[in-house]
Amino acid sequence: MEFIQQVINGLQLGSIYALVALGYTMVYGIIKLINFAHGEIIMVGAYIALTSVSFLVQMGLPIWLCVFVAVVFCAILGILTERIAYRPLRNSPRLTSLITAIGISFLLQNAFMLIYSPTPKPFPKMVTAAPITVGSLQISMSALLTIVISIVIMLVLQIFIQKNRLGKAMRAVSEDYGAAQLMGININHTISLTFAIGSGLAAVAAIFYCMSYPLVEYTMGTMLGLKAFVAAVLGGIGVIPGAMIGGLVLGIVESLTKAYISTQLADAVTFGVLIVVLIFRPAGIMGKNTKEKV
Amino acid sequence: MLKVDNINVFYGVIHAIKNVSLEVKEGEIVSLIGANGAGKTSTLQAISGMLKPKSGSVSFMGEDLNKVESYDILKMGMAHVPEGRRVFAGMSVKENLEMGAYTRKDQNEINDNLERVFMRFPRLLERKKQLAGTLSGGEQQMLAIGRAIMSNPKMLLLDEPSMGLSPLLVKEIFSIIKELNESGMTILLVEQNAKKALSISNRAYVLETGKIVLEGDAKELMENDAVKKAYLGG
Ligand SMILES: Nc1ncnc2c1ncn2[C@@H]1O[C@H](COP(=O)(O)OP(=O)(O)OP(=O)(O)O)[C@@H](O)[C@H]1O
Ligand SMILES: [Mg+2]
Repeated sequence: MEFIQQVINGLQLGSIYALVALGYTMVYGIIKLINFAHGEIIMVGAYIALTSVSFLVQMGLPIWLCVFVAVVFCAILGILTERIAYRPLRNSPRLTSLITAIGISFLLQNAFMLIYSPTPKPFPKMVTAAPITVGSLQISMSALLTIVISIVIMLVLQIFIQKNRLGKAMRAVSEDYGAAQLMGININHTISLTFAIGSGLAAVAAIFYCMSYPLVEYTMGTMLGLKAFVAAVLGGIGVIPGAMIGGLVLGIVESLTKAYISTQLADAVTFGVLIVVLIFRPAGIMGKNTKEKV
Repeated sequence: MLKVDNINVFYGVIHAIKNVSLEVKEGEIVSLIGANGAGKTSTLQAISGMLKPKSGSVSFMGEDLNKVESYDILKMGMAHVPEGRRVFAGMSVKENLEMGAYTRKDQNEINDNLERVFMRFPRLLERKKQLAGTLSGGEQQMLAIGRAIMSNPKMLLLDEPSMGLSPLLVKEIFSIIKELNESGMTILLVEQNAKKALSISNRAYVLETGKIVLEGDAKELMENDAVKKAYLGG
């Protein structure tokens, strides 16, 4: 039972990693940029949600509506960072945009530290329902919501990418953007859409994260972002189902390590898993091991 | 229908296209021939908006393409089959064709076109669900052409459609080009295979290191000594 409990904890954490990893992988897929500022979007999402909670309470609205405020805000922020910082560099060497991404990351951290002060702020409890008991197993409502909603979001995203016209356009642009343009696809809009979706997912992840670690601070996105990036690479960067699998695997490994090996070693084991997987499968669990065709 | 007026294209300091002008009238097949590196691909790319010429103008059906966003050019009725096919390798044959109809909203029309493409290329129908990247070179070429005609274009730019194909397939591709033309599509064809290209064209231009050095009736060019020597193997 203890083991299953730990797996559920792992799935909860892993769902959060997966939602964030999707943003890394989608952006990488379409513009081949490791968007190191992506982790900060989680932090921004958490602060925006926190701020909107007080307005929602004043207006007598349910506080879970803060999810939508955060998603919309982060989606717009994602579109703006691409528009302002990355688009002008689209034809520059990759390293240039990578360094820009790191710059944006610091910019966001410092801006939010100045706006909200460096003191961590508590996040109000959103889920008050009692945990569900199955035999001797206790599943908290927040774990259940996190896992179920994340899985639904991922399925919807997968269907969108596979079946929807815009989703297919995203795939076409990530394969060959000259050819995609010849099909009449507006490349810039497609890239903006990708950033909006990725950032919106990071905002959702932020709220799930705050449900189990209810403390908002300006550095919170860094480690979470880094682990989600590891999850994306683990699953195969650029491959959408890979990000989902990578996130869940990483969450479970981390949770089991904490329970059975050592809490202090959890991060070391996480990165160790990454290294071992990459030795045997350099392109990640679901990565395509193909050389680029010319 | 298409008028290219004095365009210049640069890659950094390389002056790849020098004052090129050409014209394609409605219903014609016009070919653009020239050696490797002459600037044929660059010329087509400058026409379809894949790159912007530094100076000069391109007009299509009376409209200045400089003022049109690149992704809107297809909507105006000009489709481009790029050099090297460039099919979407990770997408299925059917999805590739659907991307060709991206600008079309009418699902019935899309289905009709899909059927027409499958009728013209039965091999694609058999491989509808196969990933485009796993098709043979000839099949990929058919897919690239099929994808381009999914939008019912009025004009088709083709960049070396016979590249890397067996003689039998080359013959097939050329007869398809002729059929497309007979069904009403105006065609600008870039080819290494000058003999074949000239044999189906009305007119042709010869490009040498970025400049048009000869132009005229395709039959006359076939008899031209310089052309014979340089492009027709004696
Ligand atoms: N992206 C680029 N960067 C720099 N130079 C380029 C680029 N693309 C083309 N060129 C140069 O421009 C010139 C014309 O190239 P282009 O591809 O248009 O020739 P082409 O006639 O299509 O040749 P081929 O028959 O080999 O396809 C060549 O000298 C080529 O090296
Ligand atoms: Mg060429």
